[in-house]
Amino acid sequence: MFCQNIISRIKVSNRNHMTDQETKKSVKKFKANKFLIGGVVMAAAVILLVVTSLKGSAQYYLTVDELVSGAAGRNTNIRVSGVVIGDSIQYDPYSLTLSFTVANIPADNQEIEAAGGLARVLHEAAVDPDVKRINVVYHGERPDLLKDEAQAILTGSLGEDGVFYADELLLKCPSRYEESVPDQVQP
Amino acid sequence: MIANIGFGLLIISLTVSVVAIILAIYGGVTKSAVMVESSRRASLITFPLLSLALIGLIILLITDRFEYVYVYQTSDALMPLYLKIAAVWGGQEGSLLFWCWLLSGFSFATLIKKDKTNSDLIPWVIAVTSFVTLFFLYLVLFFENPFFRFFVDMQGEVIKSLFQPLYTLQATPDQGLGMNPLLRHIGMVVHPPMLYIGFTGFVIPYAYAIAALIEGRIDSEWIKITRKWTLIAWVFLTIGLVLGSRWAYDVLGWGGYWAWDPVETSALMPWLTGTAFLHSNTGQQKRGIFKHWNVSLIILTFCLVILGTFLTRSGMLSSVHAFSESEIAPLFFGFIAIMLIASAVLLGWRWNLLRSDFSTGSFFSRESLYLFNNLIFISIFLICLVGILFPIFSELVTGQQITVGPPFYEKAAGPLFALLLLIMGVVPLSGWSVKSGKSLGRQLWKPFLVSLLLPLVLIISGVRGWFALLGLWVVFLSVCTTLYDYARSIILHSKRLKISPWRSSVRMTLNNRRRYGGYIVHLGVALMGLGIIGIEFFQTQTQALVRQDESIEIAGYTLTYRGLTIEETTDGREVAVADVQVVKDGREIAALHPAREYFYVSDQAVTRPGVRSTLADDLYVVLADWLPVTSEGATFKVYHNPLVKWLWIGTFVLVFGTLLALFPTDARRVKDTSLAKGVE
Repeated sequence: MFCQNIISRIKVSNRNHMTDQETKKSVKKFKANKFLIGGVVMAAAVILLVVTSLKGSAQYYLTVDELVSGAAGRNTNIRVSGVVIGDSIQYDPYSLTLSFTVANIPADNQEIEAAGGLARVLHEAAVDPDVKRINVVYHGERPDLLKDEAQAILTGSLGEDGVFYADELLLKCPSRYEESVPDQVQP
Repeated sequence: MIANIGFGLLIISLTVSVVAIILAIYGGVTKSAVMVESSRRASLITFPLLSLALIGLIILLITDRFEYVYVYQTSDALMPLYLKIAAVWGGQEGSLLFWCWLLSGFSFATLIKKDKTNSDLIPWVIAVTSFVTLFFLYLVLFFENPFFRFFVDMQGEVIKSLFQPLYTLQATPDQGLGMNPLLRHIGMVVHPPMLYIGFTGFVIPYAYAIAALIEGRIDSEWIKITRKWTLIAWVFLTIGLVLGSRWAYDVLGWGGYWAWDPVETSALMPWLTGTAFLHSNTGQQKRGIFKHWNVSLIILTFCLVILGTFLTRSGMLSSVHAFSESEIAPLFFGFIAIMLIASAVLLGWRWNLLRSDFSTGSFFSRESLYLFNNLIFISIFLICLVGILFPIFSELVTGQQITVGPPFYEKAAGPLFALLLLIMGVVPLSGWSVKSGKSLGRQLWKPFLVSLLLPLVLIISGVRGWFALLGLWVVFLSVCTTLYDYARSIILHSKRLKISPWRSSVRMTLNNRRRYGGYIVHLGVALMGLGIIGIEFFQTQTQALVRQDESIEIAGYTLTYRGLTIEETTDGREVAVADVQVVKDGREIAALHPAREYFYVSDQAVTRPGVRSTLADDLYVVLADWLPVTSEGATFKVYHNPLVKWLWIGTFVLVFGTLLALFPTDARRVKDTSLAKGVE
């Protein structure tokens, strides 16, 4: 057994008539390949990770107009942006159910800028009765920033009853801290 | 008056920056020491000038000069002094000025001492830092000027202007709008400056890298010189990020600390590449490898810093951080493009010079582990980038904006973070240039076996969830290996020098500040990992409307609603405070006071959760609402967050470790150090 081993080793060493230089080169090549393969495997793993994670968490960003006109289809994961109608806010502290209405605002920043800025767009959308609106229901605490003419970014799904069931609320009140001019000034 | 002086100072600073750039480039090209020295002095003067301008703005804020638009928008007379000062970074204009000031401060600190050995790099360092300062000063002066005032014209229209226009009167509102109530928290007062220090600090390694590229210096001098600044920038960026999380935890009242908000993510991105840089530059210093990589990383990091600043300040992305969109967006894009393209061209030009022999040997050599570490950091960065850009790209491709939420980041980046922790655990035991994994295996098996005890104990005590267990095990493994390696070194060292292990540990740590500072940072990261795993995997929550003296049960605690008081404060708030008694195992252990404050001036409510925090868990109670007759009931949302305190403790440990690594090594101890090196 032991002898055989030695013999086979000798055979192997006989077969390799490489010079030192060649061996070095091939070792280097092998090493480079090894790291190349490692890198490719890793890149593939990361891409796979990204793709599978994307599948589960992509949210379609729609306007209220699009939502009302049925653009949502069967998507259950929707993000919609609108302006909060202050009078519509109702909160039931027993069930922690919050309901309110949002009105359509354009999604495109440039469009908003052209119409005179976000604060103005929000205000006009909130007072205009012709703008499309949708009712929203949310279970949880009442967010601090939920008030009239705040911009609401809602994540959730559209129910068959035409109500938007939100899992997450993000609220912004842009008017207050920027672009604002005092109502009354004393010369 | 003050404003006019401030404005004048900004104009002078701008001019001085231009002069400094011209002199520096001229001096750099002609190798004229006189020119370089002049540009150095010009660059140095920017910091005092901008300091005065900043002091001017602070004086306006603390003296309630509401005729100034910036003061009106960010401050009010009722705010305490520290908040009035914090209003400097409460709005767009002020924070950009603050940015400029920090930037000039960093170049001041680097250039104040004349560096005779690397005088060839200095003109280019001055040119780069002055150019960045110039860009931000330009923004402040011509787009976001904090020294604008209100005027009314004959028609009664309000005009914002720097100087009084003809036929107008100065207008002074009697009260400001005040700082957004949500921002009135110590974490939020300190968070922006920390983040900005971290951001701006990266300008120094970036400037030196560019200088080295221009001069064709292939040594690692630029890394050695800027190591201190890289560490300072990195630790401040870390503190800034954690403080932001802490603020979210304390103020936003949703029981979490990190929401993968696009702006948070954009601040995390330079941290990821910066941390990768911090590791890979060790490779260059010790082994002369990763030369291209290091230059690329620091260029990327600095461009991400500018991008992060821009995203926070521009309102491009929908986020809680967003200020309104302003016209500076194209300018920022232009600036980032210039920096990126110019840097890339330089790098391409010097590419061949920077070639290094990358002989990593085995997958398990330290070089390879550094490489993996870097690849993972970059992967996480790319995941963040994909997440942030996905809405924009999806709209371009499909016409439909598709956003990705926190689940995407958690699923995609979570496993990679775990892998990072694993590598972090293994690295102290690995050797440079080893040829196989055997030696690592020989070193690793003892701490490895010990580390298995934790998941075993956890499974026996009924903890379930494979990912959580895996995460906890990885954290524990890195703690075990780090401590094992440290203890082993101490024992060897104390035997060799024949001193007690205790003295040996102090001496060895002080003499190898860099190495053991790094170990402590790693321990800090492991502890932070523990906190994050705790809250991510084991958080439970409940909510209920309870009458007075009724209770809510969560995780073995009984919370009883004892009453609610509503008070008016003198600074314009209505504060409702609930009294909640906490009982565990039949003993009263705490009284929590979750509150809800209503700010009249800004018509906004702010939640103040009541938190009982221990090393084992946090009990986090939010007062959601109450009935008109308060004894009839109030609604609470209660979170049980296990282990989250370790996130904050780990941060302290990390900062301590960084400080230790930052302290310069004492020359007198060199002899002893060489002995310790023998031990390594």
